[in-house]
Amino acid sequence: MTNTIAVHMSGVVKRFPGVVANDGVEFELRRGEVHALLGENGAGKSTLSNILTGLYRPDEGTIELNGAPVSFSSPRDALNAGIGMVHQHFRLVETFSVAENVVLGNPDTAFLLDTAAINERVKELAARYDMAVDPEARVWQLSVGEQQRVEILKVLYRGAQVLILDEPTAVLTPIEADALFRTLRAMTTEGRTVIFISHKLDEVMAVSDRITVLRGGRTVGTVETSSTNKRDLASMMVGRNVEFTRVQRKTPAQTNDVVLHVENLGGHDDRGRDALHGITLTVGRGEIVGVAGVAGNGQRELAEVIAGMRHATTGSVSVEGKVLQSGKARAAIAGGVAHVPEDRLHTGLAAGHSVEDNLALKSYRSSLLSRFGLLRRQAMRDGAVTLVERYDVKTPNTQTAVRLLSGGNVQKVLLAREFSTGPKVLIAASPTRGLDVGAIESVRERLVEAADGGLGVLLISEDLDEIMSLADRIAVMYEGRVVAVIPADKADRETIGLLMGGAQLEATS
Amino acid sequence: MKSPVRLERRLEQPKWLNWAIPLISLLAALAVGAIVLLLTGKNPLDVYHRIFERGFLSTRALTGTLRTATPFAFTGLCAAAAFRLGVINIGGEGQLYMGAIGASYAGLVMGDSYPVGIVIIAMVFAGMIFGGMYAGFVGLLRAQFNTNEIITSLMMNYIAGIILNYLIFNSLSYWRDPRSAGFPSGKPLEKRAFWPSYEIAGVGISFGLILATFVAVAVWVLYKRSRFGFEIGIIADSPRAARYIGIRTKTTIVLVTALSGALAGIGGASQVGDFTHNLDAKGLQLNNFGYTGIVVAALARLNPLGAIVVAILLGGLTNAGYSLQGPDFPSGLVGTLQGLILFTAVAGEILMKYRVKRNTAAKKAMVAS
Repeated sequence: MTNTIAVHMSGVVKRFPGVVANDGVEFELRRGEVHALLGENGAGKSTLSNILTGLYRPDEGTIELNGAPVSFSSPRDALNAGIGMVHQHFRLVETFSVAENVVLGNPDTAFLLDTAAINERVKELAARYDMAVDPEARVWQLSVGEQQRVEILKVLYRGAQVLILDEPTAVLTPIEADALFRTLRAMTTEGRTVIFISHKLDEVMAVSDRITVLRGGRTVGTVETSSTNKRDLASMMVGRNVEFTRVQRKTPAQTNDVVLHVENLGGHDDRGRDALHGITLTVGRGEIVGVAGVAGNGQRELAEVIAGMRHATTGSVSVEGKVLQSGKARAAIAGGVAHVPEDRLHTGLAAGHSVEDNLALKSYRSSLLSRFGLLRRQAMRDGAVTLVERYDVKTPNTQTAVRLLSGGNVQKVLLAREFSTGPKVLIAASPTRGLDVGAIESVRERLVEAADGGLGVLLISEDLDEIMSLADRIAVMYEGRVVAVIPADKADRETIGLLMGGAQLEATS
Repeated sequence: MKSPVRLERRLEQPKWLNWAIPLISLLAALAVGAIVLLLTGKNPLDVYHRIFERGFLSTRALTGTLRTATPFAFTGLCAAAAFRLGVINIGGEGQLYMGAIGASYAGLVMGDSYPVGIVIIAMVFAGMIFGGMYAGFVGLLRAQFNTNEIITSLMMNYIAGIILNYLIFNSLSYWRDPRSAGFPSGKPLEKRAFWPSYEIAGVGISFGLILATFVAVAVWVLYKRSRFGFEIGIIADSPRAARYIGIRTKTTIVLVTALSGALAGIGGASQVGDFTHNLDAKGLQLNNFGYTGIVVAALARLNPLGAIVVAILLGGLTNAGYSLQGPDFPSGLVGTLQGLILFTAVAGEILMKYRVKRNTAAKKAMVAS
């Protein structure tokens, strides 16, 4: 029974404009197993599960369910066939009770709810899989862990045989995560099958029977959990044999001449939870420090605290020895911090505004561009024309709205402005993400050029290749902490991959 | 079943659309209005001709039109100033009442002892402060607690009406004329607190309308040319970008909402100084000055200078409505037309962002069938 194949996906290709998210993925799921899907961000895990749950249709390839070919055109089709997804971001009606949420959207539910019977069934289902949750409680009263149980119950109630859990532990406390693992075990012993999407090596090792590793939209391989280890998984995940060349620098980094000093920094995320735990980090003059890590481990919060967009709960940020006022973007800008945010078009720029306005976004208050509270439009225009030429921005004219430019040119506008403010430190968050090859090359050249000119660069990126080839030192972030800082010439992908996955360095080396 | 036309997003918004779309909106409103008129057995061309005649075609008509346009100009500026930041202040009505209360107080206190110029300036500022603070409270709630300003500003209109009634009808307040025994009314201002009026080619123009024009220019400069206006534009376009460069978004929301209310407040001051010369609690509430301002702002596409033009246009319509009212000209007609104009002006914004394209695929399908 355990060796029969529940799902077999073969040669799955899914293209999006400008990117191939799945490029011939092979995936085989045995009935009754917990099968982990492991990979970095952008490896194609989400796309694959979205195809399996009917959200996307593959461009090529076949899906077989219990040996028979299937084609889903909506999540409802997939659910009817017994495949259900538990999303990372819950889709619950907060003012409804647990039981009401569970039956919501279920076509078999009668027009008039038999509340007592439904409560009874939900309670029974919850007990069977060891999930403590009160069917009559309102969802808003529940903890995050309990809400996740409701999501799982929803899928079970619909009779799903295959459950896909998308990074289920990202929101859980360790105790809640253990409870979840017990629940998953209880489900598989009943013959249900679980796909467990994660990038955390420890929990993948703890919970799964088999592991399929994806990288760059392709299947790297499927291994039995009992016959592998974290080190092998990490190298499968980040790629072992890729040759990359370190960029040649004209001026060597002066690591000891510190321009950016981050000391014991703490900070909250958007929901007010601690996202940074005592981050200490330095960037020297002309040095590029790469911050490696899987997205969501505090990188964005770190960038925003340094840039003054977010308050520091502990610690301080100083530039050339001067402490910056926490939570004041203008203080950071005045102190010489340039910031290329992750969300270029709507944070780094005002997309509906012209190239001219956007180029002046950080200097419009200077006496050069405004006087007596009035803008000096001619000076803004002249400045914009100069920058557009110098940075080779392809735009019809300086009055064109930034949202009409291509991604590469959007980034050029942003970089042009940030460099034009005469910064001492640049925080660049995923500066090449989503760009085409040519644009990526030009952005990297600009960064290196700026560092050669003495700028300290904190390069936050999920692209390990980028970090390995540009950075002088590499800091690895995991769950809001800098877990290691390694000189780039001593760094190897395996070690960094392990650290990104939360493994302890001592335990593995 | 495909629609024969589809909307395609415009990449650029040509300049001529700025005046073409309001014009089309206006014509569309008149066209729909014509259907309503036909249904009620009236000849639309005849009715529109009479409206035009009574609104614009004589010195008397124009004098009345400009008088009606004066408060519309201020409430239109009020709505436009706030909408540009994305704060939907629909409390111009109440802010105008408060402005009238403030200005009449200043006029009553200072009218018998200060020079004319000082009294007028004091009345304008009192109107701005009362209207501005009243609206500032709405802005504060929005900035601090993220309350929905549409609801709070609307509710505060009713409160302002109650305050007005209290001051004149339900108390022996400073504003109430103690000599008005039968029907209570506001204490009349001294002559010195009357705002001047001018006459050009037989058409009377109030000081308030001239003031409104200057204020419109000032608001235009503020939004288009000033640093503060630049920041308002950034907040409206992208709140995250505003945070990124350290704009004080909350402060700006409070200030802009207060400014918006101050503009309506001058409108209230103008009612007292230009026209009624007392605090006319009933008269202020009869005309929906504040709500019409929303129509003005929408049709002017939030352009302050356009608001003056549109105010005169709607002033003419409303003024004609006053004088034509009777069995063959239902009193609801002007309101209906105003409503239609608001509707088409808002719909016109879609044409600003999208262009209408024939759906070629659907056309082929239609040919085939």
